[in-house]
Amino acid sequence: MLRLENCLIENGGFQLRADLTIARGSRVAVIGPSGAGKSTLIEAVAGFRPLRRGAMFWNETALAQIEPGKRPVAMLFQDGNLFPHLTVAQNVGLGIRANLHLDVAKRAQVQAALVRVGLQDMADRRPAALSGGQQSRVALARVLVQGRDLLLLDEPFAALGPALKAEMLDLVGELVAESGATLLMVSHDPNDARRIADQVVLVAEGQAHPPMDTASLLDNPPPALKAYLG
Amino acid sequence: MADCAQPVSPRLGIGAAIVVAALILGTLAAVALRAEPGRGLGSSDWAALRFTLIQACLSAGLSVALAIPVARALARRRFVGRRLLISLLGAPFILPVIVAILGLLTVFGRAGWFSSGLALLGLEPVQIYGLHGVVLAHVFFNLPLATRLVLQGWQEIPAERFRLAAQLGADARAMRQLLEFPMLKRIVPGALAVVFAICLSSFAVALTLGGGPRATTIELAIYQAFRFDFDLGRAALLSGLQLVLTGAAALVAVRVSAGEGFGTGLDRPLQRWDGSTAGARIVDGLWIVLAAGFLLLPLSAIVLAGLPGMLTLTAAVWWAALNSILVAALSTVLLLLLALPMATAVALGRGGVIELAGILGLAASPLVIGTGLFIVIYPIADPFSLALPVTALVNAVMALPFALRILVPRARAVVGRYGRLALSLDMRGGAFVWRVLLPRMRPQIGFAAGLAAALSMGDLGVIALFADPEFATLPLQVYRLMGAYRMETAAAAALLLLALSMAAFWILDRGGRWHAEA
Repeated sequence: MLRLENCLIENGGFQLRADLTIARGSRVAVIGPSGAGKSTLIEAVAGFRPLRRGAMFWNETALAQIEPGKRPVAMLFQDGNLFPHLTVAQNVGLGIRANLHLDVAKRAQVQAALVRVGLQDMADRRPAALSGGQQSRVALARVLVQGRDLLLLDEPFAALGPALKAEMLDLVGELVAESGATLLMVSHDPNDARRIADQVVLVAEGQAHPPMDTASLLDNPPPALKAYLG
Repeated sequence: MADCAQPVSPRLGIGAAIVVAALILGTLAAVALRAEPGRGLGSSDWAALRFTLIQACLSAGLSVALAIPVARALARRRFVGRRLLISLLGAPFILPVIVAILGLLTVFGRAGWFSSGLALLGLEPVQIYGLHGVVLAHVFFNLPLATRLVLQGWQEIPAERFRLAAQLGADARAMRQLLEFPMLKRIVPGALAVVFAICLSSFAVALTLGGGPRATTIELAIYQAFRFDFDLGRAALLSGLQLVLTGAAALVAVRVSAGEGFGTGLDRPLQRWDGSTAGARIVDGLWIVLAAGFLLLPLSAIVLAGLPGMLTLTAAVWWAALNSILVAALSTVLLLLLALPMATAVALGRGGVIELAGILGLAASPLVIGTGLFIVIYPIADPFSLALPVTALVNAVMALPFALRILVPRARAVVGRYGRLALSLDMRGGAFVWRVLLPRMRPQIGFAAGLAAALSMGDLGVIALFADPEFATLPLQVYRLMGAYRMETAAAAALLLLALSMAAFWILDRGGRWHAEA
């Protein structure tokens, strides 16, 4: 369970308030107008934005003082999720040990993750030799070996075409279903939310609202969301 | 705290900056303590100051004045070998000074090609020693730099403006008023200041082509006070004077210079519609041929004069070459140990103390640091036995400002692009440095290391202060051979030095880019 208690998150001159709880294993889409602070919210959960006020917990663990890499969090950014000078297998291996000293068992784990995302033959390639969709799969294979409780997506598939994006979202859905991880994903497309998320956090006017059921929220949007959806 | 989390610590870089600042300021303090302020400057010191300023003004003025038509010609002409010629304009930066001087002597010396040509016409040979020799050598080194700076100005004019000017039917004069003059007004002050600052701390050129009471720079006067009179007080006083001069000039140069001439894409030809008259073509062609000849003749002269002697090089020359390779290798390692942590710290936003060390590095003169180190080392050890490491260290400090200019932008880009990803993977410290930072910076590291190695290989500065008769680096050996009028051996040794410098640069620069992925 992810709990944000009376949080005030700062990003430059901009401030975002958040007081909400997200149940373990749920899939949550974060939607709202651009510039409202969707990314700011998940960056705070990942540890890249400081809390001005309030507290943040994963189960009973306070997160505020924990460094980004030590949090129970795996995150995919909008771009630059792979190191171009490392092979596919190395990029995935980073999810297990950042210094890449992997024993046989760990290397087998990397290979198994690549098999799971359908890239078993690409292990020795470099990202530049892959298509955009394949690069996304490498990043997801790394998420898989990281085995963290929380998966944060900051629109990593935004550059993909609609069909490929849908395919990736379905893969994400399968992966979190298998691992039981909690998913928190930024999206500006309500269809993404319908496709994968059972709950929606609306971020608007400096406030992140508590999660609501996706279908009922999108079918009966409150004024702030209505203005965004048009 | 999470808000200031960084994948790597800036502490090493701040430490390196403090070491550099301490070295420069510490040697300065050592010098200042030995200076005798009561004595003041003697008449020969004033003469050195006057000569330093006059030659620097003339060198800067001539280099930039000649660079303007050459850059204009290069900017609007396309011809076979244009790319090569523009790359060659970068070469004098890593060309050993002593090699160029020997080449200039072969072409413009009393018995050189130029004078022989004049003799055929029944004219007197030209005189290369003294003020005009010093200025000639400085123009040789700085005309290419000034040309690159002005060419960069041309390249920064948006293509649309040329199209507009062509559409308006602008003739040569209108082109000048519309495009060239505004650009020059922006570029020329910086170019003048950079060349002036470089020529202020000229040592090797003044040592070989100047000398005597009427053609001595301050750097040379420091060397003479030190080496011939062992007058530490006077050397210290002159060092203080030099530091004030170079410091002021470096500050001005940094303030007014727009770019540093390392810019890439200079060989991109702009689409131009002007200068299509026959007269303009001939004038441009003439400038290009003259500039290329002025740069290439002395270099070809060294190759031609040096080749016959290559097979008969003495053991002393080979030992000197080995010393030079050792100095260059040690200097390159020291430079990277200083520059990489400093560049990383700047990229992490801890610029303050490091920028200061960088400015100090620009203002520092190798002879001043050398004098200070000598004063510090003298009571505890034999300075002459430390010639090799001291030379390597001073060379590394002198290359530092250039290395930082090359490394910092890339380090910033790598930390900016991959810092958060690394943090989210708990990739910090060593893992980040070895797996991300260094591999991503490899081309820039290779380039900086190549520059440092070539500069150190060809350096004739501190080594002249510290070397005893038994020890020499290759540039010093060439200088000694010239002094003994063994010109053929000197030319051969200079050719060897040229080959070593270029090879060091080429190997390191290529090594950095080898299999480097985008």
